[in-house]
Amino acid sequence: MTETVDVLPEHSRHPFIDQLQKAFRNNKLTGVGAVLFLFIIIIAIAAPLLAPHDPLQQHIIARLKGPSAEYWFGTDAYGRDILSRLLYGARVSLLISLTAIGSAMIIGSIIGIIAGYFGGMIDLLLMQVMDVLLAFPALILGLIVVAMLGPSMENLVIAIALTAIPPFARTARAPTIAVKERDYIEACRALGFGHPRIILKHVFPNVFSEILVMGSLWLATAIRVEASLSFIGLGVKPPTASWGGMIREGFENILDNVWLSVCPSMAILLVVFSLNLLGDGLRDAIDPKTRSDS
Amino acid sequence: MSEPLLRVSNLKKFFKVRRGFPNPETVIVRALDGISFIVQRGQAFALVGESGCGKSTAGRTILRLLEPDEGSIEFDGQDVVNADAKQMRALRKRAQIIFQDPFSSLNPRMRVGNALAEPLLVHGLMSKKEANERVRDLLEEVGLPRDAGIRFPHEFSGGQRQRLGIARALTLNPELIIADEPVSALDVSIQSQILTLLRDLQQRLNLSFIFISHDLGVVRYFCQVMAVMYLGKIIEKGPVPKIFDEPLHPYTVMLRDASPVPDPTARKAFERIEGEVPSAVNPPSGCHFHPRCPHVMDVCRKVYPEWIDVDAQRSVACHLYTEGRGGLPVAEAG
Repeated sequence: MTETVDVLPEHSRHPFIDQLQKAFRNNKLTGVGAVLFLFIIIIAIAAPLLAPHDPLQQHIIARLKGPSAEYWFGTDAYGRDILSRLLYGARVSLLISLTAIGSAMIIGSIIGIIAGYFGGMIDLLLMQVMDVLLAFPALILGLIVVAMLGPSMENLVIAIALTAIPPFARTARAPTIAVKERDYIEACRALGFGHPRIILKHVFPNVFSEILVMGSLWLATAIRVEASLSFIGLGVKPPTASWGGMIREGFENILDNVWLSVCPSMAILLVVFSLNLLGDGLRDAIDPKTRSDS
Repeated sequence: MSEPLLRVSNLKKFFKVRRGFPNPETVIVRALDGISFIVQRGQAFALVGESGCGKSTAGRTILRLLEPDEGSIEFDGQDVVNADAKQMRALRKRAQIIFQDPFSSLNPRMRVGNALAEPLLVHGLMSKKEANERVRDLLEEVGLPRDAGIRFPHEFSGGQRQRLGIARALTLNPELIIADEPVSALDVSIQSQILTLLRDLQQRLNLSFIFISHDLGVVRYFCQVMAVMYLGKIIEKGPVPKIFDEPLHPYTVMLRDASPVPDPTARKAFERIEGEVPSAVNPPSGCHFHPRCPHVMDVCRKVYPEWIDVDAQRSVACHLYTEGRGGLPVAEAG
């Protein structure tokens, strides 16, 4: 019993924090994505303070103006300030996407972990349902839901969440099956722990990073789906500003003022780009092939 | 002798495997094909055999981590096989398991102190504060610093992790510990440390062990009684020194002779065990060992041998020991 332990490092960080740190250290673009996304979130939250004009206020005289000191990005067909509408549109787009992906993440993870953990008939049933949902392209499924329930913010959230649940269930299930076979889960059972405790305290923390990466990547998809549905008129009702809706409105006057469509497109591009950078960096950091904590 | 701690009788565990494409057929793997043994209090009992003979399955089935298909398990006189959830919870406190792979046996996302305190809190045995104190004692007991609890598993070496696995098995003050190849994943130098620790704990806490191993040297050091398994059945059992001095079953002879001897002058030409372990899906007829046995007789190919009690402590399942036959040729047994 001479084994020494003084070689242990000074303090102990949670392996998850280590992973995050690795994601930002190994790939600088991860940080760029994170900062950019955070910046957009802050802008969206602070929209009422930042917007120079009321996004709904129409100025018929100043319609379809190009960029100027008064209207930085110009005005639309009703003379509304595009910058202000962009800022407020960010709130709508982000709120819908975050809520949808948040709920999809929770519901999908629960389904996936339960399917993977218990296996057998439960697994078969749950994953068959997921496969049926997965068979529909996101946009088509969204279309069906919105067409059935009617266009509104809540229904848009439901539509997007529904398309995102199956991939989350799949993402959660695969690592759950791997974790379930590990000896520490067997030790938990030998110690007499119940299934809920094992799932929450021993399975979930070990599959969470995978789910988180999926979340950041799917958030980008959700932004796109939201814009697509708004573009074809199935999103939030006008005159509320949303990026997809603005592209459509701008499309009608694209020959008079390209800014109308380009500005919201750029906004979508920027968000999707930032989320992809963030997601890629996180994914590389938790990739089992390069992981060190197992 | 007093009432044994554990009595396993005719325990069976089969696995159904569907294989083949496009016409899958269900085959039954007879992982445990009716094993019986007794473990006394404070005794270290070894289950020995080649890979795939069912020794790990036996350990897991006894703890009901796998549900047995047939047979009975009595722990301190209590029926384990038919225990309901509440009785099982109580039994879980009394029998624990140590795993082979120290890198898979600890939750990487949990501080080891919390992992060790968790069973105490789940079973409502102590308050959080008492549990923390107990964890510190446990860590010291297995030879780790008292403040190691704040660390995560990846900060420990293989040997240290195995100590943590042992500490976790000790949290609930069990009477029986099933050690599934507890040292075979470790460096030789660490092996002896862990074995010393286990032996020390066994004597101090009067623990019983079921020690699953393929390493006869380790078994010889650690265990008092052993059973040799071959293809889901026990073929010989008895006290460790006697089996090592004079193995009865031809398979035991070969196992013993195949394990290295630390003295180079004592080394002799090994009699190799010919062939592979046959599949448990389709075991050979008669005695399962007959295709590899140097003393095979006609009867071995047809009839599975009965248990024969050679003396009060030893028994063997081999046709060589039926009445009228003298057992192994003398040169072999020596």
